[in-house]
Amino acid sequence: MMEPGLYHILFISAALFFIGVYGFLTRRNLITMLMSIELILNSVNLNFIAFNKYLWPHKMDGLFFTLFIIAIAAAEAAVAIAIIINLYRSHQSIDVENAEDLKY
Amino acid sequence: MNEFLTLMKSELVVTAIIFLLLFIKIGRGIKNESLLSLIQVLLLVNLISGFFFNKEGSLFGDMFHTSTLIAFQKNILSLGVFLISLLCADWLKRSQHLPEFFLLMLSALLGMFFMISSGNLLIFYLSLELATIPVAAMANFDLEKKRSSEGAMKMILSSAFSSGILLFGISLLYGATGTISFAEIPQQLDSSPLQILAFVLLFTAFAFKLSIVPFHLWTADVYEGSPIAVTAFLSVISKGSVAFIFISTLYKVFQPMHDVWYTLLVVLAIATMVIGNLFALRQQNIKRFLAFSSIAQVGFILVGISSGDTMGLTAVVYFILIYVFSNLAAFGVASVISEHSGKETIDDYKGLYKTNPFLSWILALALFSLAGIPPTAGFFGKLFLLTAGGSKGSYWFITVAALNMVISLYYYLRVVRAVFMDKNENPVESIKTGTSVKLALIICGAGIVLTGLLSWIFDYIQSLS
Repeated sequence: MMEPGLYHILFISAALFFIGVYGFLTRRNLITMLMSIELILNSVNLNFIAFNKYLWPHKMDGLFFTLFIIAIAAAEAAVAIAIIINLYRSHQSIDVENAEDLKY
Repeated sequence: MNEFLTLMKSELVVTAIIFLLLFIKIGRGIKNESLLSLIQVLLLVNLISGFFFNKEGSLFGDMFHTSTLIAFQKNILSLGVFLISLLCADWLKRSQHLPEFFLLMLSALLGMFFMISSGNLLIFYLSLELATIPVAAMANFDLEKKRSSEGAMKMILSSAFSSGILLFGISLLYGATGTISFAEIPQQLDSSPLQILAFVLLFTAFAFKLSIVPFHLWTADVYEGSPIAVTAFLSVISKGSVAFIFISTLYKVFQPMHDVWYTLLVVLAIATMVIGNLFALRQQNIKRFLAFSSIAQVGFILVGISSGDTMGLTAVVYFILIYVFSNLAAFGVASVISEHSGKETIDDYKGLYKTNPFLSWILALALFSLAGIPPTAGFFGKLFLLTAGGSKGSYWFITVAALNMVISLYYYLRVVRAVFMDKNENPVESIKTGTSVKLALIICGAGIVLTGLLSWIFDYIQSLS
């Protein structure tokens, strides 16, 4: 069986990143948009760990960065969900198409 | 230990104020008015303490570094926060959640301080998030208003998306160079395709935060939806701090890729100025109008940044100092009128001079400064920005920028004409402003006039940079 190399992991992380971008741009449900952002952040985590393991194993910069990204992603999601709940109270919906008071 | 205290002084003062506010929040029984004046005094202390004991040095293995120029930039931001606390006093006094508002605002300010001082991509990312997440919560501060929560939703989603792009760029840059320290990256840069891709992704994230044109769409919506105090904070303090770190990243970290970013900046500067101006022409809401005018102003800042030498750095810092005074004066007048009469469209401003001559003069002064008309400081700010931009010898670029100043004159004067010359059946009634608001407006007006006339301010910034 073939050992997975750097290119395999980079392919997966790039695919995750673009799936996340595609989901963010096409989905209309706010929670799904948040999930797409999580996909983007996880692809970044994969990238960091792969680069750290295969290219620069003597320093731990990539691993530390990953830990901080996980923590910040949780904080961001907390604030975003609080805002979305408040939006739901006023609009009775979490569809972005219904939040359209501000235009042009 | 002693070095730690002096170098991180401004961050420590802000942290101390945040803790004090937390304790005040837990205990109760302080009236809003006395609490507000206490906070104003604390912010004044924060501003004054920024002027003493500024040294150059770095901490935590180069993760945090500071210099006299960085200290000066922090002072500009503290000044802006102090002025906002004075200008929006009437709105804040009425608010039920006064300590929370300042907790969020000071956390964002702390993030900006760390961001300007960061010497490492990790600290930069963490402080950027600290500077944006609280602002999104602040944008939702009018909890009952539909528009406020819509603006906050747009802000948090677009800032989360842009930080995702920023992180992807950082991870590629880490893969290509093997380091995340600002001091070590420049030696590893050789403009390989991977590094250029990483740079473009980083640039995109900066463009989101600064609302440079293809990424400006969230700006106007968030500015219109948020309470005016938050809009002023977003457009002045937030934008100023990102501009400071943007310029130091470009000049120090990405110096070897100068040819790449020069072209990028020229194209984006022209697009930002033209599109910001064209959209500002047709706005009716005063907040939306100021949002598009601030997008156009960012275009002029990019003209200055494109020079790539100390003249550009000096011109940008000087311009942002002026921009703090003039934009805060405009937002201050808009905030007073919206607070007392609820009117926010330009048509409502017709005949304002008859009833409120003081507010009208300050608004006119601020708009003249934003447009860049000679006796005000805005003229000198724009002059230095264009001089710096022209240092590369591309005169057609400067000509386009100058033509855009003429277009912007039209829409700024449209508001001035509405205020001074147009007749109106029922204008905004005469408003009695509080002392602190009046004081802040006078400080802004004096700043607009004096920053331009006192040439030693420019020389001082030049000696720092």
